[in-house]
Amino acid sequence: MQEDKYADAAKHDKNKGGFGMKLVKKDDFLNFVNTLIKNDSRTVVGVKSKRNKFIYDTLNSADELRLEYDVTMLSPNKYFLPPTETLLRYDFTGKFSVQAVNEVTPLIIIGIHPYDLIAIEQMDKVFKDSNPDYNYIRKREASILIGTNIQNVSSYAFSGSMGAATTDRGFDLMLTNIGDKYAIEIGSIKGKNLIEKYAKVSEADNDTTREVQRIKTEIGSKFEKQLNFSSEELPKLLEENYDNELWEKNAQKCLSCGSCNFVCPTCYCFDVQDITELNLKTGERIRTWDGCLLEDFAKVATGENFRKDRAARYRHRFMRKGKYLYDKFGFIACIGCGRCASSCLPDIADPCKVFNSLKEVIE
Amino acid sequence: MNNDSIYLPRAATIKNINRFTELENLFEITLDDGNPLGHKPGQFVEVSIMGIGEAPISVSSSPTQSQTFELCVRRVGNVTNAMHRLKKGDKVGIRGPFGIGFDTEFLKDKDILFICGGLGIVPLRSLINYVFEHRADYRKVTILYGCKAPHELLFTNEVTAWGQRKDTELHLTVDAVPEGEHWNYNVGVITTLIPKVDFDINTTYAVVCGPPIMYKFVIKSLKERDLPDDHIILSLERRMKCGVGKCGHCQINGIYVCQDGPVFNYTEIKDLQEAL
Ligand SMILES: Cc1cc2nc3c(=O)[nH]c(=O)nc-3n(C[C@H](O)[C@H](O)[C@H](O)COP(=O)(O)OP(=O)(O)OC[C@H]3O[C@@H](n4cnc5c(N)ncnc54)[C@H](O)[C@@H]3O)c2cc1C
Ligand code: SF4
Ligand code: SF4
Ligand code: FES
Repeated sequence: MQEDKYADAAKHDKNKGGFGMKLVKKDDFLNFVNTLIKNDSRTVVGVKSKRNKFIYDTLNSADELRLEYDVTMLSPNKYFLPPTETLLRYDFTGKFSVQAVNEVTPLIIIGIHPYDLIAIEQMDKVFKDSNPDYNYIRKREASILIGTNIQNVSSYAFSGSMGAATTDRGFDLMLTNIGDKYAIEIGSIKGKNLIEKYAKVSEADNDTTREVQRIKTEIGSKFEKQLNFSSEELPKLLEENYDNELWEKNAQKCLSCGSCNFVCPTCYCFDVQDITELNLKTGERIRTWDGCLLEDFAKVATGENFRKDRAARYRHRFMRKGKYLYDKFGFIACIGCGRCASSCLPDIADPCKVFNSLKEVIE
Repeated sequence: MNNDSIYLPRAATIKNINRFTELENLFEITLDDGNPLGHKPGQFVEVSIMGIGEAPISVSSSPTQSQTFELCVRRVGNVTNAMHRLKKGDKVGIRGPFGIGFDTEFLKDKDILFICGGLGIVPLRSLINYVFEHRADYRKVTILYGCKAPHELLFTNEVTAWGQRKDTELHLTVDAVPEGEHWNYNVGVITTLIPKVDFDINTTYAVVCGPPIMYKFVIKSLKERDLPDDHIILSLERRMKCGVGKCGHCQINGIYVCQDGPVFNYTEIKDLQEAL
């Protein structure tokens, strides 16, 4: 039974937009979103603005949507692996009473940029790997992902160099802004049904398909920041530079604050804690985000800390992104969103800068 | 519908508690669903005390004993202290067994040199007893066991019995003998025992477990005797929060100790700077 559900989720991922393309007028798109908010049983979330920044939050009205955003503070992965999540509920009134908890709020998420869709695909792989984690999988399966191609590029981003500026999969629907209309690529049956049920659309003609293709091709070149070499070289480059003095040099400024971990859509490490209610009768086992840059991350009970030096922790994050997870899962776990770079006070977290420096040193 | 959670422990009952020392207790445990744990020597479980948390603990009994299993726990923090407050008949949660244990098939027809430092005896005892239960399958057995002081010795009755076996060579050592304690064996760190034992480097496999600091010195001593790298097998400890390859805490470079270990062949980890 578990296997079937697993297969279902996998199928969704393999859909490569083989469901055609539609056109929707911008007004009609807003109506579509408002209808979803009003009539669909799922909660509708999307990109909104908040004090000069962009965030994913529940939509009260389609007017709140800001699809021209550059980057959001956190990625939509926060809905599938929340900062705090209950795993178990226990009860001391019985002898041993523990229940698994999986709080799933079915979501329609609107406005996901391609790099974040790729990050979600990567996390799907991580959480379905050998020991499937249904706390993640069920939340993920209950969601509909509506992507949007990038209109404005963040000055910190380098997704173009990471092959993550555009994507042809991992979404249920994908929007491209073409003047007074959106082109909608349909990526799955779920997406197709949603359109059929709620949206007023017309067929996209060949010109539209070509226009979308042109826009997509153009996006890659809009990134000011670029890796000076092919991202495919990263695993080898990192392997060769394990002992590079750059780690030590940069890490001298590191505050061990973990911000670079917490904002990253491909960081998924967690801590587990038991929180007992004040009545001392019941409680919950929760998981919370954790970060490998934090000082105690690898410390064991006897006091031994296996990554005690800042430089070792600093290096570990880059190694993980560009080599360790690649070796294990076959993807480079950095999609170039630049969130880490923009959240690091001493300005040492930027993978693009670090990777380019490593490459320079070699040459 | 949520019973497929990889984080949900199974209920288990403490059948017996054996107080070893001030710090260590041996717990005999049985799963309430009546199933055997089904572990391999060297594997570990995650023990839950609800309201306190979870800790990874090696299974110390041999799988041949299948109705119950044993955990030897040193109290150092929240979960382990809470375990020490438990009584016979109390419940704990168990997840696992997890990880890759010792390859009992591979070790057949080989000479085995066990090197146990302190609490390192706990996982190795599972394999030692397994080997004794299938004694004809294995060749020469040598056990080196060292502690800081005589009163820290664990499984004293069993260890004494190992020493009395004609088919086994046992060497004990302590770092020092505090005043008022008695000791008839070697004094010195565990590496001082290695030159005292005779082994054939072609047929001998060293199986090592102890505190993090011990490995470097033991490996150095074994290399001085020219034991090949792939004849050294180690069990490692790391911080663990999930046991199932998700939380990231147990990583040594790209390796996950909870999944790829805790038992490793030295050749798998010798080039990883974070390993030893
Ligand atoms: C594979 C494996 C097998 C093991 N087998 C055994 C075994 O057979 N027997 C055994 O006794 N032990 C074993 N251990 C070790 C055991 O898991 C730890 O001793 C146990 O997890 C401690 O948990 P605790 O909740 O009691 O301690 P904790 O409360 O977690 O911590 C103990 C100490 O560490 C400090 N500490 C805890 N967390 C932090 C932090 N984040 N930062 C700084 N300090 C911290 C605390 O202050 C305290 O002093 C094994 C470990 C592994 C990985
Ligand atoms: S955000 Fe910067 S300062 Fe903070 S842990 Fe990461 S690298 Fe160090
Ligand atoms: S490492 Fe930085 S740039 Fe790369 S995905 Fe994570 S937050 Fe984005
Ligand atoms: S203990 Fe969580 S990944 Fe190994």
